[in-house]
Amino acid sequence: MTLLDVTDLRTHFFTRAGVARAVDGVSFSLAPGEILGLVGESGSGKSVTGFSLIGLVDPPGRIAGGSIRFDGQELVGMAPDRLRALRGRRIAMVFQDPQATLNPVLTIGTQMALALQAHGRVTDRAAADRATAMLTRVGIPEAATRLNNYPHEFSGGMRQRVAIAMALLNGPDLIVADEPTTALDVSIQAQILAEMKALARDSGTALIWISHDLATVSSLADRVLVMYAGRIVESGPVGAVLRAPLHPYTRGLLDSLPAMAQPGQRLAQIPGSAPSLLALPQGCPFAPRCAHADAACTAPPPRVERADRHALCHHPLAP
Amino acid sequence: MKAFWREYAENRVALLALAVVLLIVGAALSAPIFAPQDPYDLASLDLMDARRPPGFVGSGGYTHLLGTDAQGRDLFSAILYGLRISLQMGLAAGTVSLAVGALLGILAAQAGGWVETAIMRVVDLQLSFPAILLALVLVAVLGQGKTQLVIALVAAQYAYFARTAYGAASAERRKDYVEAAAATPLSTLHIVFRHILPNVLPPLIVVATVQVANAISLEATLSFLGLGLPPTEPSLGMLIANGFQYMMSGRTWISVYPGIALIVLVVAINLVGDQLRDQTNPRLRR
Amino acid sequence: MLGYVIQRLLQAALVMLAMSALVFAGVHAIGNPIDVLISPDATQDIREQAIRRLGLDLPLWQQYLAFLGRLLRGDFGTSFVYGMPVLQLILSRLPATLELALAAVLIGTLAGVPLGVYAGYRPDSVASRAIMAVSVLGFSVPTFWVGLILILTFAVNLGWLPAGDRGPLLEVFGIGWSFLSLEGLSFLVLPALNLSLFKLAMMIRLSRAGTREIMLTDTVKFARAAGLTDATILRRHVLRLISIPIVTVFGLELGSTLAFAVVTETIFNWPGVGKLIIDSITSLDRPVMVAYLVLVAFLFVTINLVVDLSYALLDPRLRRGAAA
Repeated sequence: MTLLDVTDLRTHFFTRAGVARAVDGVSFSLAPGEILGLVGESGSGKSVTGFSLIGLVDPPGRIAGGSIRFDGQELVGMAPDRLRALRGRRIAMVFQDPQATLNPVLTIGTQMALALQAHGRVTDRAAADRATAMLTRVGIPEAATRLNNYPHEFSGGMRQRVAIAMALLNGPDLIVADEPTTALDVSIQAQILAEMKALARDSGTALIWISHDLATVSSLADRVLVMYAGRIVESGPVGAVLRAPLHPYTRGLLDSLPAMAQPGQRLAQIPGSAPSLLALPQGCPFAPRCAHADAACTAPPPRVERADRHALCHHPLAP
Repeated sequence: MKAFWREYAENRVALLALAVVLLIVGAALSAPIFAPQDPYDLASLDLMDARRPPGFVGSGGYTHLLGTDAQGRDLFSAILYGLRISLQMGLAAGTVSLAVGALLGILAAQAGGWVETAIMRVVDLQLSFPAILLALVLVAVLGQGKTQLVIALVAAQYAYFARTAYGAASAERRKDYVEAAAATPLSTLHIVFRHILPNVLPPLIVVATVQVANAISLEATLSFLGLGLPPTEPSLGMLIANGFQYMMSGRTWISVYPGIALIVLVVAINLVGDQLRDQTNPRLRR
Repeated sequence: MLGYVIQRLLQAALVMLAMSALVFAGVHAIGNPIDVLISPDATQDIREQAIRRLGLDLPLWQQYLAFLGRLLRGDFGTSFVYGMPVLQLILSRLPATLELALAAVLIGTLAGVPLGVYAGYRPDSVASRAIMAVSVLGFSVPTFWVGLILILTFAVNLGWLPAGDRGPLLEVFGIGWSFLSLEGLSFLVLPALNLSLFKLAMMIRLSRAGTREIMLTDTVKFARAAGLTDATILRRHVLRLISIPIVTVFGLELGSTLAFAVVTETIFNWPGVGKLIIDSITSLDRPVMVAYLVLVAFLFVTINLVVDLSYALLDPRLRRGAAA
């Protein structure tokens, strides 16, 4: 049984300088209640993938092709109003920086009520009750009085909890979380991560956790997708991918984690930087930065399948 | 420069506006050639020709294309000469305001300390005060005449230039190369002329286009209220005011044609200014 | 908050003091103050009496203090033309101007904000381009010309609405108002429209710019992700966010509208303060001019103060932080 089935998704940005293929042929699927990690450097297309799912790609970007089936319904090309009704109710999203996402001049209570009233008649009284219950669930003390507070009256971690509570408010089947802990202190990151995992498990909500940090994802997700230059270059169960990555890029990401390094040794860095989407190299886009690259890599990389994993590489690392 | 022009030419409305401005300026400059009558020559006026509708052939033996006014002036000629005066006033006020404003703005940015505070406080106070009132009071105090009018317009407008110049100059001052230049034994004047002025000038010119249009319409307003130029040299505003009393009786052309000339000129200059502003505004660039 | 209020009050008082000094200097710099304060038709006897009464033989700083004292008491002298105390004269004309200015700013805001929000929400649509064209015209076409066209169209050609004077007044609290009766209202429509065009243009630009900026923020994206309709987002989020600059401009514009009313009142023969000042300039009724200047300055300072204070009410971030 699948909740979400993404096939050959292509989201392109039609700019003056040319077409940037931010997401270029992404396919994956998600079971109900599953937690999926989506990892990549900035510019790899991971956030654009997330926004494509809820139909909120900013112009000049748009979904150029492929299919997103959510609970049996096709989301690509769905009427804007039906898609709108789905957003927040069945698919919710948590953003990176709650400082920027919450409206500074409306109280938390008002903003939560708006999120509830967007999906049916809810009296202000009932909305306040439900908001209070949800705030309490995400660990905000004295929730009933906090409803009257403005976002700036919360600490960074508390603000993100509010945003998470808003995402959970309508009991969605899927939450897309776009780097929700990146802007927070490390200690609060760990807390929120653990709570998020528990909340998803309790409510049976599937979760797509988008992050540039493989370590965060490894502690949370069941499966992981690694994106590079708009494509999924490796996918598989978190344990297997971390133990023995197939793609040299995943290897590079792992080696650059502080936790993986030997004490006293320098952190390994992937040489070079992410390529411009407007000028991708021929063949494998990672080739210019890859230690294993050779003449074969100028051709498009083949899909390598290993049990429940796959990679796009001419020279997969594990046999 | 070429790229700037190409970008400007991409906006057809702005291009048309520029053509209109150039056309009007050309027509105003060559008014003595085209105008069938010198409207300032009182001897050539014949009261028998007064308030005649467009197309009327008067005692001068030529057709009054746009009709005549209450004194029997040929309106077409009067409008051409009126445009000359309006443009003269607008340009004079614009240039002097630019010079005064730039001087004060750069002085404030360069001097700092209490000089900066004092100048900018006054400027800000004036910006919140309606220009038309200030001009009104000054004209009332100074009396009528071209010089007095320009003084009043400048007093009402210099603050916009001062604000702009101050903003640009103080941003420029904080840049490394200017600070580096300040550390060398170059004179302050040298720094101002070589480094600050070239960077302050473009935004000032953008402000100037819009302010010339504002000056023209302010002058027309003052003249309309009877506080502008003396009646011997009727500007567009006064032509309109003179025709106002005949409007109710259906002789609308006396007011309407000078009015059309005025708004075409002012709107065209504003459109050119808008395009220049959009093109020089870094926040709108991608 | 209290400290903030006090600080702003002190600042306002300081500005008023500076303005009064400026007006005083103006009166003294431009010729003999006697000419400004006493009618030129007065006899030599009356003149000398007045010089002593007004203290014009005293040193300058004492004269300034005396001038300040008279201002504080509201004593602006007597109009040459109307022969009544200037303050009383201006106050009697004030309701007409207030009514006109308020109507104009209200029309400008109530029509301009929705139009501007729409133009910012759909910047490339045909309707938005039309809205922007209106705002360009509103900015550049001189008020008096628009007034003429309005009179020509609606009063002369169509004959729908009257142009000129205030029409019948209904008295409330001893002051007559036009807007309370339907017929009075018909007299108010054209001048108010005329005066509102500039405000309309400004409100359109302001709300368009604000909306465009806010529509691109994560706040709107987050609200969309929660499933809010665009209409709700515009009404609840965007409108609330742009309200801060709009209230500022509303307040400031109320002041400048009172000033711009000079032109509209002259064209429509509206018996307000603006018409009074034009008449007093042409008839050299100087005490009225001086009083008008001081009162307008006072008005501007007061409006600035009120706007600053209402900031604090609208922006919860400022409410606590006090003076920043």
